[in-house]
Parts: sequence; structure tokens; C-alpha cells
Amino acid sequence: MALTFPRRAGGRRRLRRFTRRDAVVLGLLLGIPVLLDIVIVWGPTLASIGLSFTAWDGIGDIHWVGLDNYRNLADNYPPFWPAVRHNIMWLLFLGLIATPFGLLLAVLIDRGVRFSRFYQSVLYMPVVLSLAIVGFIAQLILGTDQGVVNTVLNNHDDPIDWLGDSHLNLWMIMIAAGWRHVGYVMILYLAGLKSVDPELKEAAAIDGANERQTFFRVVFPTMRPVNVIVGVITVIEALRAFDIVYAVNKGRNGLELLSVLITDNIIGEASRIGFGSAIAVVLLVVSLGFIVTFLVQELRGARDR
Amino acid sequence: MTADIRTTAPVHRSAAPAARPPKSHPRRGRWGVHIFLTAVSLLFLAPLLLAVYASLRPYDETAQHGYLSWPRHLSLDYYRRAYTESGMGKYFTNTLLIAVPAVIVTLFLAAFVAFAVSRLRLRGGLVLLMLFTAGNLLPQQVLVTPLYVLFNKIPLPWWMSDSLTMYDSYWAVILVNIGFQMGFCVFVLANFMRTLPQEILEAAIVDGAGVWTQFWRITLPLCRPALAALATLEFTWIYNDFLWALIFISNPDKLPITSSLNNLRGQFFTDYNLLAAGSVLVALPTILVFLLLQRHFIAGLTLGSTKG
Repeated sequence: MALTFPRRAGGRRRLRRFTRRDAVVLGLLLGIPVLLDIVIVWGPTLASIGLSFTAWDGIGDIHWVGLDNYRNLADNYPPFWPAVRHNIMWLLFLGLIATPFGLLLAVLIDRGVRFSRFYQSVLYMPVVLSLAIVGFIAQLILGTDQGVVNTVLNNHDDPIDWLGDSHLNLWMIMIAAGWRHVGYVMILYLAGLKSVDPELKEAAAIDGANERQTFFRVVFPTMRPVNVIVGVITVIEALRAFDIVYAVNKGRNGLELLSVLITDNIIGEASRIGFGSAIAVVLLVVSLGFIVTFLVQELRGARDR
Repeated sequence: MTADIRTTAPVHRSAAPAARPPKSHPRRGRWGVHIFLTAVSLLFLAPLLLAVYASLRPYDETAQHGYLSWPRHLSLDYYRRAYTESGMGKYFTNTLLIAVPAVIVTLFLAAFVAFAVSRLRLRGGLVLLMLFTAGNLLPQQVLVTPLYVLFNKIPLPWWMSDSLTMYDSYWAVILVNIGFQMGFCVFVLANFMRTLPQEILEAAIVDGAGVWTQFWRITLPLCRPALAALATLEFTWIYNDFLWALIFISNPDKLPITSSLNNLRGQFFTDYNLLAAGSVLVALPTILVFLLLQRHFIAGLTLGSTKG
């Protein structure tokens, strides 16, 4: 009965399912979240796009300036291109080093070693810390006068300024951010690996595939939903990176990121809101590219179900 | 039949690793894996242990010998000072005032949206799902300016906010957290609800249950593991949030706990050991929540990703 019921009686059921009380419940409990989503998320996003074509200090009048902000951004705003470069480096670091490392750890733990629960907890622990604390711990380890790394290197007379030297600090901060990212990716893949049907692996083994072939040709492709999610998380984390840099030195001197430039322009003393919004729109366009790809994948997944 | 409910599957499977085919060099491979995993675990744990170690030692000692040296004096004195000098108790209350309502409302609203999208076969359900999910992935900074302006324009009576506007009140931070985090919860819960057998709902419909009964009495109790997981996850995220409070709150007395550490930085001199003690105290609730609810926590991250 369960199989034929929805198809045969679709029209009648819809009528019977939504009484007046149902309609009120649906209207209220769908209306409030949708309204919130529009007021808090999508409305402001559209407003930011609009503001990016204006000049505004937050108090006086708003002037329409067309594409001036974008032109200024590209041509005469020195921190912009370094920030773009840093965001791209951040993305490459997470995508090429931290994410694969998280996958490796998940695969090793999933092989059923003893103490896997312990490894899992320890590796995931950094994820629950706030980035502000991660930034502070980085100072303990990498500081110039008492830092652990400089003590180990025993260069008390001429310590390396890991967090101050603009050629080094981004790498150090990316490692600190990677410390958290690895655990997150590991947990997601651990779940993905556990949901892979073991019969697939056995079938591959019977066909003569070795462990590596089984993983790359059979297991990894079947985890596509997880791969998509991990990919999106990696990209979004790289684009959104903010707290850790802000906690270390407010995002200056080699640690410029797009998110920091937006914050500086909008809530900084200059209060160049139109200009800050233009940077936000650049970030938005890049993010949307990845979000849309992700949603298309999701949509396909939902259709298949 | 039971394989439909995803969360139960991993637990069973991880408990039976013996079913694996034997490898060619089982012993050597195993030891290599153990040594590697132990090394990585120690490396991951080291920064945390270092922070704890630094917090137990007086400043003079570490200033002279560095953080990596044998201890001469160990005391918990810095913890007492960090707690009193930063006024942590007050900030912790502030964080709870923001996080608890935000988590509860987010979960309730998100659960209903997820229910409507995944169980009721509404037209446009998929669009709704996309709208919420995409919203959660936008960079926060894109939303900042318009919300700042909006909150400054919304008046609130004195008994709701002593600033008389939405700006500089907990309402602003709570609302933004709800709006922003709903997307993730809708996504995870919709995926979870899809794995529940549809027959249960159909039986309820035949019995004449309305939408509210189908949601509150039938679907929600089945989602308890997912809800528990999301609650712990969302609590950590909102607890750790830094940006929203920085932007929407100006009165220093209303700041959440993540900002309290700044009170431990002196104007001319910062005692990093004191700051270490403060950091450990701030991190403690999230670490405890994680260790106590570990099973849920991990399940919460995985629910959204493992679907058929």
C-alpha cells in the first residue's frame, strides 16, 4: 500500500493534508525562518552589492559613483593585490596540504587500528578551539623572546621573528589554521569511509586490485558527496579566514586578507563603506562561484534520491 | 531496512574491523601506522599542553629560561588571577545569554524547514533548501555593513535593550547567529530526515495527523541524535564567535567571553603566562563539551555528509 498510495491519490491527499490549521502552521513556521534568512542574509548581501557602487562614510549622504570603487581597488589600493595573493596561498595550502593530510589520517584510522578513538579525539581537539586562542598559542610557540621554536634553535641573540617577518608570518599562520582544518577534514572523511559498503572493497580485492588501487579507483570515487562537502569547506574556510589573523596582529604587515581589508574599511576610522563593500563583492563573487558548483552537485544528488 | 538510518551504520561497522582481508605485511604495517599516528597526535596535542604548562609557571622564570625549560615553581595562581582580573564570570554569562537562545531557536526553526523540505514534498522545497544552504556559505563580512545600519535604525524599548536600539544589544547578535547558522542546520537535518522511513508519516496521515503533529510528535523525536549533535556543534561555534560581537556590540560590559582575553593584555606589558591561563579557561568549556558529547559531536559533522 505504501508504494501505490502517494502516486494514485496525490491530488486528493494534498487537499486533505493541508487543512486550515496546517496552512497556518506552515505559513508561520516557514514564514519566520524565510523572513529571517532574507533579512539577515540575502537582503544585506544585495544591499552590499548596491553599496559597492557608492561612496559613503556611514553618516552623510550616499553618492553614486559607478565603478569607481572597483577601479580604485585594482589600481590604487596597495594592500588589495597582496590580500588576494594571500587568500589564494591560503586556499592552496589548505587544499593541497591540509585537506589531503586529513584524508590520509582518516584512512589510517579507518583501517581499524587500536586506540582509534584516542587518535580521533586528539586530532579533532583543535577544531573546538576558537581561532582567537589558536592565534594566541601561536604566539607562545613562535614568539621572539621566550618562544619554544627559538629556544630550540638556541638563537637568543638574533631570534627569528616568525610572526613579525612579513616573509614568514603568513606560512606560520597557515600552519596554525591547518592545525584546525586537518581535524575537521579527518572527521568528515572518517564518516565517509565508514559509509562505504565493505562489499565494494572485497569485490575489488577479488578482482586483484591492491590496496592503493582499491582506494583511488573504488573507495574515493564512491565518497563523492563527502568530497564535494570537503571541497566546499576548504574553499570557504580559505576565503573566510579572519579571526586568527586578526588575533595575531589585526591583519597587517604580511597578513593582509580580503576579509581583514573589508573589516578595516567598514569599521575602521576611515569608514569607507562603499569601498569596503566593493571588496566584499569581490569576495562574494568568488565564493558564489564555488557555492553554485556545490549546489548543482547537491541538486543532482537530491534528484537521484 | 535498518540500513536506511545512516547514523547507526557506522557504529556497527567500526566495531567489526576483523572482517577485513589479511594484508601481506600485517605486523610491520600496523606498527608503522601506530608510530605515525602517535607522532601526529603528540604534535597536535603539544601546543595545547604547552599553553597549560606555560600557565602554571611564573613570568620571571619563563622570561629567563624560555617556555621550553624545566619547571622550578608550579602554581595555579595564574588561573585565579586570570579569572578575577578579566572578569571572566560576567563574560561567560554574556556568552550563555547569546548562545543558549540562539541554539534553541536555530534548531527549532531549522528543524521545521528541514521537515517541510524533505518530508512534505512541497513545491519549491528544493529552492528553499538551496536558499538556506547557500546563505550559510557566504562570507560574513559581506553582511556586515547593511546589518550594522539596519540594527542602528531599529528602536527597542528600554526593557529590551539599554542602548534603545537593536545595535549594541544581545538581540542583534542572537538574531544574526540564528539567521546565519540556520542554513547549516537545515542542510544537515534535511539530509537526516530523508533517511527516515516515509511509511511512518504516511501511517500518521492516515490517522488524521496534522502538519504540526507530524512534525512535533512523529518526526522530531526520531531526529534526537541529529539534534543533540547539532546542538553541541552550534554551541561551540557560537561560543567561539568573534566577529559578530566585535561589530554589533560597543559596550565593553556586554562582550562575550572570546573578547575577555583582551582585558588580560596590559597597555605596556603583557604577561603571556597569565594570558595562557586565560586561554585555557576560555577553551575549557568547549573542550569539556567535546569530550563529554564526543559521540554526538562527531556524528553531527558526519550526518550531512553521509547520504545515499
